[in-house]
Amino acid sequence: MSDLLKFDLLSASIALKNKEFSSLELTNAYFEAIEQTSALGAYLEIVKDHSLNMAKASDKNFKNGTLRPLEGLPIGVKDMFCTKDIKTTASSKILENFCPTYESTVTQNLWDDGAVMLGKLSCDEFAMGSSNETAAKGNVVNPWLKNSKMSPGGSSGGSASAVAARSALAATGTDTGGSIRQPAAFCGITGLKPTYGRCSRWGIVAFSSSLDQAGPLTRTVSDAALMLNSMAGHDKKDSTSANLEMPDLMNYLDKGIRGKKIGIPKEYTQDGISDDIVTFYEKSINWLKESGAEILPVSLPHTKYALPVYYIIAPAEASSNLARYDGVRYGKRNEAASLDEMYEVTRGNGFGEEVKRRIMIGTYVLSSGYYDAYYLKAQKVRRLIKEDFDNVFKEVDYILTPSTPTTSFELGKKQDPLTMYLNDIFTVPASLAGLPGISLPVGLDKSGLPIGIQLIANSFDEPGLISTARVLERSAEFNFIADGAAK
Amino acid sequence: MSNKETMVDIPTVNKIARLSRLNIPEDSKQNLTNDLNNILGFVAQLDEVNTSDVKPLASVTGHKLPLRSDKVTDGNIEDLVLKNAPESSSGFFVVPKVIE
Repeated sequence: MSDLLKFDLLSASIALKNKEFSSLELTNAYFEAIEQTSALGAYLEIVKDHSLNMAKASDKNFKNGTLRPLEGLPIGVKDMFCTKDIKTTASSKILENFCPTYESTVTQNLWDDGAVMLGKLSCDEFAMGSSNETAAKGNVVNPWLKNSKMSPGGSSGGSASAVAARSALAATGTDTGGSIRQPAAFCGITGLKPTYGRCSRWGIVAFSSSLDQAGPLTRTVSDAALMLNSMAGHDKKDSTSANLEMPDLMNYLDKGIRGKKIGIPKEYTQDGISDDIVTFYEKSINWLKESGAEILPVSLPHTKYALPVYYIIAPAEASSNLARYDGVRYGKRNEAASLDEMYEVTRGNGFGEEVKRRIMIGTYVLSSGYYDAYYLKAQKVRRLIKEDFDNVFKEVDYILTPSTPTTSFELGKKQDPLTMYLNDIFTVPASLAGLPGISLPVGLDKSGLPIGIQLIANSFDEPGLISTARVLERSAEFNFIADGAAK
Repeated sequence: MSNKETMVDIPTVNKIARLSRLNIPEDSKQNLTNDLNNILGFVAQLDEVNTSDVKPLASVTGHKLPLRSDKVTDGNIEDLVLKNAPESSSGFFVVPKVIE
């Protein structure tokens, strides 16, 4: 492994400023790493010439001293973000040749701040999945456990795998029900889902519009702060984008948590959660206590209904959003005699099994006669879930939970859809309430797989989330590196 | 919603597939029916929750949808709009014949 790959986002930024190496050298080191780790299948598309040009432009800025916040730092982009003139497939066959003519707001923000784009990262098809196994181009492998093929989690599996394998310095992800936090937990890295509305959704392939939110996958909490600083911001092109200034998160890295109250929800310790995760959850509680926080038991009574609510609302919104793939305006078309048949064969062949399943569920719960019983009911229970959080945040500042009930599992072990959905049991509630959450690695289980812990904050309290996560990160001292990057 | 008569059978799958404009091969219909019934059975636990006085929540932002003045902000990008179309001609999207 090149020494240049040992730097994280923040330390690489400092080293670049000190002219210890150039952005071109750093970017080239990453292209070597991408080649060496290609068996992981994290990248769908690399754009080397484009990347090297961006790196050269950054090196010019280093010479001139006109530096931007992410100047010269090479990052990967989840394939859910539209990137101008660079293929964007959402890991779906139906978009296999789609080349956007515009750039998503979030990625444009990153390039405007000087970041260098390495390429596009695989994910579950249309971000629907928790194992990256629904990707049209095949599985992505978790770089942990050299001798096995473990899932990187999903849907941002390519992003998590690449950051953990050090084939990207950091990466963008999207999170609808846990798609940043769960893969971050599985791959031993940090993943932050901001408050709904913090990052513009414009130019992100839409899955479930009331839930989708972009965020960073990084090696450290400081890196997440640095990257989210650039990704976030109000955007007129997204009507749900919050018109609210985000404070510079780098000012909150060392604020500590003395006097803060941390809630431990009793509903998040359930049957089926692995012993090693329970052990590290308890350790995390103690670390926060030792650092000056007050620990309080709290209750979020509607937690068990979060997954059923999610599996009505997300498919309903998806069935509507994915109606646009009609074989007319963009995407793959299969020819047929009539227009209706053309739609049916195009969509039947273009979408994978999980996507079709969710479109069917979504169409069913929105259909005449079932709308009230399913969709409206789910929206009502969603309010109760949000009110649970509102009540708890009157008593505490942050909520601590495990990120996932288990660590990563082996790829290719066929699971039924419902068992797969249970992966997101701890991440979905905060998504439904629109709250910011971060998963960070705190230890390894007996088989050597990373364990993630989640912190949830009140809406728009990303600054406090960062301060608290930093305390946990320092106590956990998670310095392990994935052993199977070049498998 | 947990009543057995609301659960899905193959004719329902055919109807939903038609509404979704999805061609589902005959040999996968039974599996899909089973999957849908499992998922609908799972979400039916929402029946336990009393929601008689609860308003539905469609958006968590809490802010009013912003208005903007009714002005064109871009345009003259016909080439870009058509660029990804599977088939286009003279500035139009082309579809199979819809009128006999």
